[in-house]
Amino acid sequence: MSKKVSKPGSISRRRLLASAGAAIAASPLGANLLQAHAAPIKIGMSMPQTGGLAGGGKASLLGIEIWRDDVNAKGGLLGGRKVELVVYDDKSSASETPAIYSKLIDIDKVDLLFAPYATVPTAPIMPMVKQRGLLLIGNFSFQVNSKVGHDMWFNNAPWGPADSWATSYLDIGQKAGGKSMALLSADQEFAQNLAKTAREVATKRNLPIVFDQAYPPNTVEFSSIIRALKATKPDIVYVASYPPDSTGVLRAVNEIGIGDSVKVFGGGMVGLQFGAVMENMGSLLNGVVNYNTWLPEKSMYFEGTKEFFDKYTKRAVEAKIDPLGYYLAPFGYASGQLTEQAISAVGSLDQKALAKHLRENTHKTIVGPIAFSADGERKETAVLQAQFRGIVDKNIEQFRSAGKQVILFPDNLKSGELVAPFEAART
Amino acid sequence: MFSLDLLLDAVVIGVLLGCFYGAVSLGLSVSFGLLDVPHVAHPAFLVLASYAVYFLNENYAVDPLVAGLLITPIFFLLGLAAYRLYYETFEKRGSDASVRGIAFFFGIAFIIEVLIILQFGVDQRSVTASYIGKAWRLSDIRVPYRLLVAFAVATALTMLLTLYLSRTFMGRAIRAVAQDQEALRLMGANPIKVKQWAFGIATAVLGIAGALLIIVAPVDPTLDRAYIGRTFCVVVMAGLGSLGGTLVAAIILGVAESIVLTLFGASWAPAISFAMLLGILAVRPQGLFGRRS
Repeated sequence: MSKKVSKPGSISRRRLLASAGAAIAASPLGANLLQAHAAPIKIGMSMPQTGGLAGGGKASLLGIEIWRDDVNAKGGLLGGRKVELVVYDDKSSASETPAIYSKLIDIDKVDLLFAPYATVPTAPIMPMVKQRGLLLIGNFSFQVNSKVGHDMWFNNAPWGPADSWATSYLDIGQKAGGKSMALLSADQEFAQNLAKTAREVATKRNLPIVFDQAYPPNTVEFSSIIRALKATKPDIVYVASYPPDSTGVLRAVNEIGIGDSVKVFGGGMVGLQFGAVMENMGSLLNGVVNYNTWLPEKSMYFEGTKEFFDKYTKRAVEAKIDPLGYYLAPFGYASGQLTEQAISAVGSLDQKALAKHLRENTHKTIVGPIAFSADGERKETAVLQAQFRGIVDKNIEQFRSAGKQVILFPDNLKSGELVAPFEAART
Repeated sequence: MFSLDLLLDAVVIGVLLGCFYGAVSLGLSVSFGLLDVPHVAHPAFLVLASYAVYFLNENYAVDPLVAGLLITPIFFLLGLAAYRLYYETFEKRGSDASVRGIAFFFGIAFIIEVLIILQFGVDQRSVTASYIGKAWRLSDIRVPYRLLVAFAVATALTMLLTLYLSRTFMGRAIRAVAQDQEALRLMGANPIKVKQWAFGIATAVLGIAGALLIIVAPVDPTLDRAYIGRTFCVVVMAGLGSLGGTLVAAIILGVAESIVLTLFGASWAPAISFAMLLGILAVRPQGLFGRRS
């Protein structure tokens, strides 16, 4: 009867909208819509994507990206905030990184910082990060915090104490009967750091150093150097070399020979961890005992490791990067896991609280449990020393099987015994 | 530690290494030495050739040296195009062409580097052949076969190129254009066409030199930077335009480097090589085999 009855008024429309809004917000779809509006957690970094470190940088970044996708698929962090990466190419150059990190902090206003891959691009940003009191998750740099002393630095690499690298290698050599050492190193920072600690450990142990040479970058031919090294008849040969040189050194060893006195050869050769380099070198690798960070031996699988490599292998082919990705990629993922666990435990992005959590706890990651000492490096070294065995030419798939790189150190991850002398292990 | 054995070994390896340096510098000896083109992209073309050889070796199992020969005509055409572009955009325009030319060739080098990265990725690449990774035993000395290959190819290449420049009509024309471009024009020949042809030859030589580069050691996209200094050093030390001199200068450099590496410590090798260059230029500004202008 009334004229007003059926006419939907403005109040009832509002009510309708309000109740519909409440219903949507209460539904799972609504929750997602609201979360989508929550600001993402921005993690900023530079990464070498061109230049000499690009091979490693790209693999490392893919590891971090896989973590980002995993964490976002689980709904993000801090009640639904997605993780977003802000990444710039630092061209493998130390001169690029200070400006990039200033931009990340002041203009992009990222919430957290990851360091670029490797020592050289990381070193120049350390003072700035310390001065600003920012948390920095390191990415495979070596001893960059030793002089800076930043208490909010945490390195994802398994290095541990500075001398543990040389100690483990010389232990293996001396157990095999080694009584003298030859040291061949690239004239570059990382290799020189390794050489320095090797010298110190050898001196402490009264192990005579019969040959000690640093070769310049861009050395083309190593025959002469290997001939001179061979003439000193060393028992242990410690080589700290960079990727192009590692191939040159091993080729020359194969051609010139190294002598029957040598018990172990290798130690700190960079490059022998990358799929393409290993495939190229093939049988030249046999017998070499060298450092590594992750290998497909039984002892190296932790929760999530296999799933990670399944995803990595697929994406690496598309991205034309290291198809194996053992050396860096899982540690990139682990950087993300460290951050994720700290944020979940603390419940905020408060950098001091995050640093405290990282320092005081042991963290479960796909590369095993990680605990930090006061300098932000691992409490205990988890650098592997492994011997190449039964490698054939031109076959990258062989490196996916266990037994091709037998882990000799550390004891808790060991998967076999050393075959010595070096010449015997090469056949 | 010094011994005659080591010295002898260092000299043998040095001569072979020097021949390899000679082979990778020959093209530059023509383009920079004879034509005065500031061809800083020379090592980038060299690395490009190495990747082409790698591609043929990896996908079609072609021997690296044969692959080097196969790509030679393509590199010849590439050289013709590169010179024409350089001439039209820089050389034609006047006196400061050489300075701007350096920028032009640096640009080309960077473009080549990026193209290689896009196509092959950043990893180092190497080739397989029966003579890589083995050595020839001569009493106590062991000589890697790959260096013997470099020696043979470098010697043959130098002889062929020298014969070409001295015995053929086009070769003599190239020498003439190097000496006096205007005179050539007055004789009714087009010096630009001659220079373009010579630049093509210089680039074609890089096909084989690129094969040697990847035979001797693995390559990566940025390797060209390591060879800019070395190749220019060889060509300047030899005296601009002297092909035989290029080989001799390269051998001197190789032997010096090898002796220093073996007997005095590896860190000194580059310093000694470049100190020798400075020393030679101080005594003979025209280089070892260059003619006094």
